Amino acid sequence: MIAGASRLAAVGDEAAVKIHARLEGVTRVYPPRAGHAEVHALGPISFDLRAGEFFSVVGPSGCGKSTLLDVLAGLAVPSAGTVEFEGKPVRGEVPDGVGVVFQEDASFPWLTVEDNVAFGLRRAGVDAAESKRRVDFAVGFMGLRDFSRAYPSQLSGGMRQRVCIARTLVMQPRLILLDEPFGALDQQTRLLMGDELLRLWRETSATVLLITHALDEANLLSDRIGVMSARPGRFLDIVETGWPRDRDSRLAERADFGAVTSRLWSYLRGESLRALGQGTAAR
Amino acid sequence: MSGGMLTLRAWRDPILVAISLVALWQVLHEIAGDSAVTAPAPTLAHLWEMIGQARFLPHLRETSLAFLQALAIACGGGVLIGVVLGGHKLTGEVAEPILVALYSVPKITLYPVILLLFGLGMPAKVAFGALHGIIPVVLFTMNAVRNVNRTYLRAGRALRLTPAQTAWYVLVPATLPEIFSGLRIGFSLTLLGTMLGELFASQRGLGFLLMTAIDLHDVKTILSIAVLISIFAIAANTALLAIDKHLHRGAAPEASEKS
Amino acid sequence: MSKAGWIRTVLLVGAVGALELACRTGAIAPTMVTAPSKMVTTLIETLQSDEIGMHLRHTLSAVAIAMSIAIVGGFVIGFVLNWVPLLRRAFSPFLAAYYAIPHFAFYPLLIVIFGLGPVPLIVLATLFAMVAMILATMAGLDRVPRVLLKTARIHRLSLIEEIWRVRLPAAAPHILSGLKLAVAYSFIGVIAGEFILSTSGIGHEIAFAYDNFDNPRMYALILFVLGIVTLFNMAVFAWERRMLRRRGA
Repeated sequence: MIAGASRLAAVGDEAAVKIHARLEGVTRVYPPRAGHAEVHALGPISFDLRAGEFFSVVGPSGCGKSTLLDVLAGLAVPSAGTVEFEGKPVRGEVPDGVGVVFQEDASFPWLTVEDNVAFGLRRAGVDAAESKRRVDFAVGFMGLRDFSRAYPSQLSGGMRQRVCIARTLVMQPRLILLDEPFGALDQQTRLLMGDELLRLWRETSATVLLITHALDEANLLSDRIGVMSARPGRFLDIVETGWPRDRDSRLAERADFGAVTSRLWSYLRGESLRALGQGTAAR
Repeated sequence: MSGGMLTLRAWRDPILVAISLVALWQVLHEIAGDSAVTAPAPTLAHLWEMIGQARFLPHLRETSLAFLQALAIACGGGVLIGVVLGGHKLTGEVAEPILVALYSVPKITLYPVILLLFGLGMPAKVAFGALHGIIPVVLFTMNAVRNVNRTYLRAGRALRLTPAQTAWYVLVPATLPEIFSGLRIGFSLTLLGTMLGELFASQRGLGFLLMTAIDLHDVKTILSIAVLISIFAIAANTALLAIDKHLHRGAAPEASEKS
Repeated sequence: MSKAGWIRTVLLVGAVGALELACRTGAIAPTMVTAPSKMVTTLIETLQSDEIGMHLRHTLSAVAIAMSIAIVGGFVIGFVLNWVPLLRRAFSPFLAAYYAIPHFAFYPLLIVIFGLGPVPLIVLATLFAMVAMILATMAGLDRVPRVLLKTARIHRLSLIEEIWRVRLPAAAPHILSGLKLAVAYSFIGVIAGEFILSTSGIGHEIAFAYDNFDNPRMYALILFVLGIVTLFNMAVFAWERRMLRRRGA
C-alpha cells in the first residue's frame, strides 16, 4: 500500500488516471545456495504505474531497485505477488511494448551503431522502408548521426548508452525502464542526458520508470518518486513533485526544488546508514 | 567448490571420470582384442610388477633426473627471461612474435638438431625438455609483468616503499598468479619434451623402455608405461591446478556465470 | 613496419648471417649444422624431385582432415558441454588434465588398433587438437556478458535467434583463439606422429634423413616444415585480427 503519499502539488483527478502497470505484494527471495543463506532481496512491494508518467525509484545500495526492474520487465519471476502490464499478467516473459536500458554497456561490439540500433526491428517484422525510417529518426534524435558507421569500441561510454537508448527507441516501447543508465557518466554529461531523456519521454509519450541513486536527478526528471528502504526493499513513500511536463534542467533554479530533494534525503539518510551496515555490494 | 580439496564432494567428479575412463578402456579392449589393447586389470597388474623389478629403478631415476633438470632450467630460466622481457617494453615487443611462433611450431622437428648439437644422452633430453617448457613460462611471465596494474606501483610510491620492498610486497604478489599458470603449463610441456627426448636419445629411461616395447610389439608394456606417465602427469597437474586456483582466488570473476 | 619489427628483422638476418659465416669457415662442423645457404639450395632441389610431392600430400592432407574435424567437432562438443551442465561437470576434470598427458605415448596403440596408414595419425592429431577447441568454445560461451543476454530477452528473441545473433558473436573472439590453437596442434600432432612412427610424410622424411646422416636434406626439410607451419599460423593470426579489429580491445 502507498504509505503516507505526500502531495506537494495537485496532479489532477485520480479517478481519470489510467494504470499502465501494477505490482501487488511482490517479493523476490533468492533461495539458499552453497555458502549463502536465503536472501530476501525485495518486497513486499505494491504500487501502480500511471500511464504516461515519469516515475523514479531511489534507494540505498543493495535495496533491490534492479530486482524491481527485472520483475516489472518480466526478466525475473517474483517469489510472491503479481505483476500486471496493460491489464495482462507478467511472469518471467518480457511482454511486447517494454524497452529496457541497462546500467552496463549493452551495445553489441560486433555491430556498427546503425546495426545495433536496428537490431530489434528484424524480429518485429517491420518492413525495410519503415525500419530505415525509424533507425534514421532514432539515430538523429540521439545525436549519433556522425557515428552511425562506427563500432561501439570507438565510442565513449556516454555515446554507447545513447546507442542503447536509440536501440530501445526504435521499438516504440510504451513502457521504458532504465536502470541507472547514467551511472558511469560524469555529472555534466548526466545533466545533459537527463534533458535528452525528458525530450524522449515527451516525444514518445511513453511511461518511464527510472532507477537512480542521484536524488537531484530523480527530483528533476520525475512526476513521482518511489523511495525504497534498505534491503529487503519496500516503498517508504511515493513523493509527488508536481513539476510541469515541459521541464528541463533549469527546473533546479526553482525555489521549491530543494525541498523535494531534502524530503527524499530525510527518508534515505537512515536507510543508507542501514545499507552501509549490511555491507554487501548491490550486484 | 565448498570445503576445498579435502571434502568427498570435491573428489566425486574426478573419481567418476576415472571410473568411466577405465570402463572405456575395458570396452576398447573388448573391441580391439588383446593384441591391440590389453585390459585394465592385467595391464595395471603388469605395471605394478614392473615397478617392483630391480632393473626398473635405474630407468625411473634416469627419467626423473632428466625431467627435474629440464624443469629447473625451464622454470628458473623462463621466469628470469620473462621478467626481463616484460619489464623492458621494446625487448618484449621484439621477442614476443618469435616466441609465439616457436610455441606453435612442431618442436619435434628440431629434435634432430638437438641430437646433433648435444649428442646422445642426458644433455639432449634435458635440452629438449627445457626447450618445450621454457616458452610458455616466458610468455606467461612476460604477460604478468607487463600487466601489473600501474595503480599498485603508484600506491607503493605513495607509501614510500624502497625498490626492494616494492618488488617483494607489490610486484611478486601481483604477478604470482599468472606466473604460476605459466609454470603449471611449463611443467606438463617439460614432461612431454623430456619423454620425447628419451625416445631416441639414450639406452636408459622410461622413454627408452617405451621405444623398446614398441619395437617388440609388447602392448602390455606400452600401455603400462603410458598409463604410469599419465597418472603422474594428471596427479601433478591437478595439484598444481589447485594451487593455481588458490592463487587466483582474489581476482575478479569473469564476465558472466550461468545462473 | 614498427620499430620492434625492424629490430627483429635485423636480428634474424644477423643470426642467419652469423650462422652462415660460422659454417663456411668451419667453426661449426657440417656434421652438426648445414650452412643456411646450403639448406636453401638443397630444399629447392628436394622440392623439385618427384617423391617429395607424395610425402607433402600425405602430411598436408592429414593435417587438413585433423584440423577440420577438430575445429568443427570441437566447436559442437564445446557448445553441447556448455549447454548441459551435467555433462560439463562430468567431463571437466578430464578436460582440465587433458594437455598434461603425453599423447604420443598412446600413438603406438592407435597404430595397433587402426593399422598403419593415415588413420592413426589423423586420429592422434584430431584428438590432440580437438580439446583446445572445446575448451575455447566453452570459455567463450561462458563469457557472454549477462547484460547482452538480458537484452536478447528484452527483444523477445527466440532461443535460436539468441544463440545465433547474440551468444555466438559475443563468444567469437575466444572461439577464434581456439581455432588458432587447433590449427597449430593439428600440425604438431601429425608431424610428431610421423616422426615417431610412420612410413611416409615430411616428419618421417626428416627422421629418415637423420638416420642416414643426410644433414643437408634433413635441415632443408626442417626449414621447410617450420616455414610452412609458421606461414600458415601467421595467416590464421592475420585473419583473426582482421575479423576482430573493429571490435576493439
